[in-house]
Amino acid sequence: MEGNEALARGAIAAGCNFFAGYPITPATTIFNSMLKMLPAKGGICLQGEDEIASMGYCIGASMAGKKALTATSGPGISLYSEQISFAVGSEIPLVIADVQRLGPSTGSATRGADSDIQFLQWGSTGGVPAIVLAPRDALDCYVLAVHAFNYAEEFRCPVFIASNKEIGMTKESFDLDSVILPPIVERKMFSGETYLPFAAEPDKSPPFLPIGGKTLVRQTSSTHGPDGFITNDPEVIAANQERLRAKILSAVNRITIFEEDIKENSDTLIISYGVTSRAVEDGAAILESKGQPVSTLTLKSLWPVPEELLVEKAKRFKRILVIEMNLGQYVNEIRRVLSGRKVEFYGQMDGVLITPAKIVEVFGNE
Amino acid sequence: MVDLNLLADKIAMVTDIGCSGLFDTFFNVHALHGIHGRALTYATGLKLADPELNVIVTMGDGGLGIGGAHVLAACRRNLDITLIILNNFNFGMTGGQYSATTPTDAVVGSEFLNQAEMPVDICSIAESAGATFIARCSGLDKDLPEKICQAVRHKGFSVIETLGMCTGRYTKKNKLSPKILDQLTASLPARSGIVGKNIRPEYGKRYRELAGGRDIFPMPVSIEKKINLTDYQNQQVAILGSAGMRIVTAGDIVCYAGLLAGMNVSMKNDYNITVLRGQSVSEILISSNKIGYTGIESPTVVLALSAEGVQRRAKIFAHLKPTTFVVKEKSVAIPETRADVVEIDFRELKIKKEDWALAALGVMAKKEKAINGEMLQLSLESRFNEKTYLGSMGIINNIMNLETI
Repeated sequence: MEGNEALARGAIAAGCNFFAGYPITPATTIFNSMLKMLPAKGGICLQGEDEIASMGYCIGASMAGKKALTATSGPGISLYSEQISFAVGSEIPLVIADVQRLGPSTGSATRGADSDIQFLQWGSTGGVPAIVLAPRDALDCYVLAVHAFNYAEEFRCPVFIASNKEIGMTKESFDLDSVILPPIVERKMFSGETYLPFAAEPDKSPPFLPIGGKTLVRQTSSTHGPDGFITNDPEVIAANQERLRAKILSAVNRITIFEEDIKENSDTLIISYGVTSRAVEDGAAILESKGQPVSTLTLKSLWPVPEELLVEKAKRFKRILVIEMNLGQYVNEIRRVLSGRKVEFYGQMDGVLITPAKIVEVFGNE
Repeated sequence: MVDLNLLADKIAMVTDIGCSGLFDTFFNVHALHGIHGRALTYATGLKLADPELNVIVTMGDGGLGIGGAHVLAACRRNLDITLIILNNFNFGMTGGQYSATTPTDAVVGSEFLNQAEMPVDICSIAESAGATFIARCSGLDKDLPEKICQAVRHKGFSVIETLGMCTGRYTKKNKLSPKILDQLTASLPARSGIVGKNIRPEYGKRYRELAGGRDIFPMPVSIEKKINLTDYQNQQVAILGSAGMRIVTAGDIVCYAGLLAGMNVSMKNDYNITVLRGQSVSEILISSNKIGYTGIESPTVVLALSAEGVQRRAKIFAHLKPTTFVVKEKSVAIPETRADVVEIDFRELKIKKEDWALAALGVMAKKEKAINGEMLQLSLESRFNEKTYLGSMGIINNIMNLETI
């Protein structure tokens, strides 16, 4: 199956019961898949009049207690932006699949690139940490969709899956029966006496009650206190802002997902993510066969930046090389975290995959 | 709401930004206050997720303007939501700028800009967009509560436009009084409720009827290994054709063939966004190992089926190995290559262009390049329904029986 279908199937496995989206290449087949699957599961699947509406439908459904998914590409993320900010600031769980294509703007609908890696983190107002997962193949799309829903439910925030045309629309075989999915995490429901919709521990998301239940619920996109009413009290505002950060950043190590292939006698670590990591691994295999072993680190969660992991993994290597299917977005985070160390970079943004041969060449260009 | 005899927990007020956005704080019901102009989008998600909920949306003339697409979509859809548009002819909070409903001769905070535009009559727009209930009156009309009750009871999308006074901004520079509001209402087409010509089933009910019939969950395509091959070499197959030549389907068939032999497969396609125009290139890997990079670095088979497809991958021909097997349709020119090229005239064989890719798979099978006859036959059997399978096998058998290749 193609990565997009795998992502949709992962969402279903995670208990997703609501989808709204607007057609856009290369993400449309997620919508197509959900439209085939959700009705049979008693779920709801809608085509919005535009991307803004699609996100609004998901926000409304999520506030009624549904597990909502939407899917788009860069131009759609641009339109989602105001609603993403709402979901971030007002702690509305949902999963957003961004099947990236070559930007800027309309760019190339059928050409891949990891265009949106910084945009996904910073494409909302307020500067609140986001959670962004990065699949490398169809199997990852399936598994990470479940992680994405789990994180969305636990942290009550939008979670992004940064896919790519080269994963979403590439078909590949995998053994579905041998896949072990993470246990499903459900939204923590409120069970006390007096419900304050945004009352929470300082580093946690608030317990949830749905709009439409017996207890009245207030939701608002405006700056609010624990009771869900607009506030201008600086202390209340500060506490809430700090909590929005802390609930994600305090859990960074738990959110972090990665794969590594550390070779004992190598002094180079190549760091990559997404579809590019496949060429990196193939390139590393070629280099090893030539007697030049290199180690690889594949990040499957990009935001929040796994700072401790990067420092720890980079420590024993003399040479750090970062490869991206853009002209340098995430390398800036790695350079920041490994401050003072030389971090080499190769990036390519021409609508075609970086090849294993290019990895070998870049390795040789020390 | 008391008149309607509705319980507080069965009502959700959905509002957006602006003075009308304060509305939800006046009521002790569920509330969702969101972004300017988007209230209808949240309301739609809520109502479909919880059909028992009475969803009431308020927006001002500002929200109406910025969220116009959502108003049109809601009218067209006829989901059971009540929209109350609190039209006070200007953007009050930001300084009395003109909105989509500001009269051309009004004095507003946008200097002269409103004089160059005309205001909309949202009720007329709602009617043409398909709203099933439309009412309009002064915000001070004594019948307004009854109109709201009718709108909420109405099973479908209902719109009420109230004309009101922005005492903080608009009325400071424009003459407006309760009496003028009544006159203004009277001067516009009367809107008093049900729009007979638009009456049709409520969207949520209709959606559930339509979706309810779709109870078969599509299982993933699963292909068991059926063929044992010893010494199968990893393959990289490039199919170079054009849109409309069923290139992707041919790629699928090669993948199925590989899966039937217990191999890992991947397929990536390269085509333009234009439908039925331009190149269509399919690249398939068949490997006994886990597949990493999904592009083709060193093809073992190339099917050259159209000039556009060849053009798109023209660079590969110079580097093909002598062992690479190339099937070239007679009419298609290819760059110079050391590869093993078989030329075939599909036109002379009376094979339609949309079947050239399929026929080329027959050539591959006959020459046992990447796939063999058994793999191809079982693949076609798995991929197609019986009729298509038999039709495609007719073409394949013709190719397999050719003595010229």
